[in-house]
Amino acid sequence: MLTKRIIACLDVRGGRVVKGVQFVDIVDAGDPAELAHRHAEQGADEVVLLDITATHEGRGTLLETVRRAAAKLFVPFTVGGGVRTADDAAAVFDAGADKISINSAAIARPQLIGEIGASFGAQAVIVAIDARRGTKGVDDAEVFVSGGRKPTGLRVVEWAREAESRGAGEILLTSMDTDGMRDGFDCELTAAVSEAVQIPVIASGGAGSAAHFADVFGRGKADAALAASIFHFGVTSSRDLKAQLASVGVSVRLPC
Amino acid sequence: MIVVIDYKAGNLTSVVKALRYLLGEERTAREVVVTQSPDVVRGADKVVLPGVGHFQSTQLLEDLGLTEAVRESIAKGAWFLGICVGLQWLFEGSTEAPGTPGLGTLAGMCEHFPVLYKDVELKSPHVGWNSLEQIRPNSRLLRGVADGSFVYFTHSWRAPVVQATAAVTNYGGAFTAAAERENVMGVQFHPEKSAAIGLQVFKNFVEL
Repeated sequence: MLTKRIIACLDVRGGRVVKGVQFVDIVDAGDPAELAHRHAEQGADEVVLLDITATHEGRGTLLETVRRAAAKLFVPFTVGGGVRTADDAAAVFDAGADKISINSAAIARPQLIGEIGASFGAQAVIVAIDARRGTKGVDDAEVFVSGGRKPTGLRVVEWAREAESRGAGEILLTSMDTDGMRDGFDCELTAAVSEAVQIPVIASGGAGSAAHFADVFGRGKADAALAASIFHFGVTSSRDLKAQLASVGVSVRLPC
Repeated sequence: MIVVIDYKAGNLTSVVKALRYLLGEERTAREVVVTQSPDVVRGADKVVLPGVGHFQSTQLLEDLGLTEAVRESIAKGAWFLGICVGLQWLFEGSTEAPGTPGLGTLAGMCEHFPVLYKDVELKSPHVGWNSLEQIRPNSRLLRGVADGSFVYFTHSWRAPVVQATAAVTNYGGAFTAAAERENVMGVQFHPEKSAAIGLQVFKNFVEL
C-alpha cells in the first residue's frame, strides 16, 4: 500500500539550518549535511533543503552544501531556493538533488516548470506555494513569494491547477498562517488544493504533534507532510512519529 | 566492469553515488564506467540502465546504437539491471511513446495507471514508498528482501505482471515492481532512493 510520507525539512541560511517562526524569527539548528543524514537515519521518507534566503538576496543555491548532504543520502532529496532558470536547476541536480522546488521563479515565469520538466522529468519539479488566507478564508487564500514577503494577487487553488497543467510533479503547500506555530496544519486549505489537482500535495506549516499529521493526512487529504522544527530540537524523530501514526491507522513506512 | 549507460534521462548521479557507497572510492574508479559507447557496453560484465522520466528518452539508445549493444551484451551473459524507465524498456514498449519500441525481452506493453480504480479516483503519478509483495523466493536480485518491504517509486506508467515478474506492488491493481529472467533484471522502484532496502538490491546485483 502506498504510504503517507513524512518529509524532514531543513531551512538553510548562510550554510546553517535555521527555523523561522512565521517566516521571521530565526534560531540556529546545525549543519545541513549532518542533519540530512540524521533525518534519514531516523526514518524520514524524504529530506528537503530550502535555502530560505536565496531568492531575496539574489544568491544561487548552496551547491556545495547540497553536494555534501547528497553524498550519502539514499532517500529522495529535494532542494529549493534560488533556482531561476533551467541551468540553475541543472546545477542543483548535478550536485545530487533528485527534485527541485521552485516558488518565486515559477510565478515570475511559469514556463520554467515545463522547461525543467522537459530535461529532468515532471517528477523532479515541485512547485512550492506559500499561502495566506484572505478575509474569506480558504476561498481567497493568496499566493505569496520571496519568502512570504510579497503578495502576488494569485489565488492558491488556481495557481496549483496552473502549476499542474504546466507539468509540476508535486505541490508543496505551506500555510504562512500556521507555519512555525506548532498548532496544526491548515487542513482545509490543504484539502482544497489536494482535491483540485491530481498530483501529490505535500502539506507544510504548523506541525506540532502526531495528531496534527494524522489530521492533515485524513481531513487535509495530503499525500505527504513536511516538518522542520518538530524534529531538529529532538522533539521527536520521524520513526517515533510514524509509530504513533501507525497506531491510529495511518499507513506509513515502518520499519524504517 | 559495471557499465552505467548515460542516455540523458535522469538520475545517473544517484545511481553512481549508491555504487560508490557500496564499492568504495577505489573500486568505483576502477570498475564503474559511465558511457554512451556501444563498444564499452559490449565489453561489460554488468550493465545498468538508470532512468526516470519519459519513455521517449529511450529513443536515444536506438539512435546511438546502444539497443543492439545491450542485446548482444545480454546474449553473451552480461548481467543487466534496468531502473524505472530502464525496467519498462525491457518490455515491448509503452503507450507513453508508441513510436519508440522497447527491447522486447519481456512480453507486454507498459500502460498509464487507470484514472479510476474500483470506482475511486486514482491519483497519478504514483509517488512515494510502497511495498514489494509476492517476492519470488528464488530471486537473486531481491535476496534478503522480505515481502512487505518498502521502496520508493515515482512513475505514471507501469509494466504488466508477467512470468518474469519477481515482485509486484499494488496501486490501482498489481504491476511489476521487479522483473528477473536469468541475467536480465529490472526494478520499477528507485533502489538508489530506497534507503537500506535499495542498497541491498544494489549489493545483490554487484555481487552477482
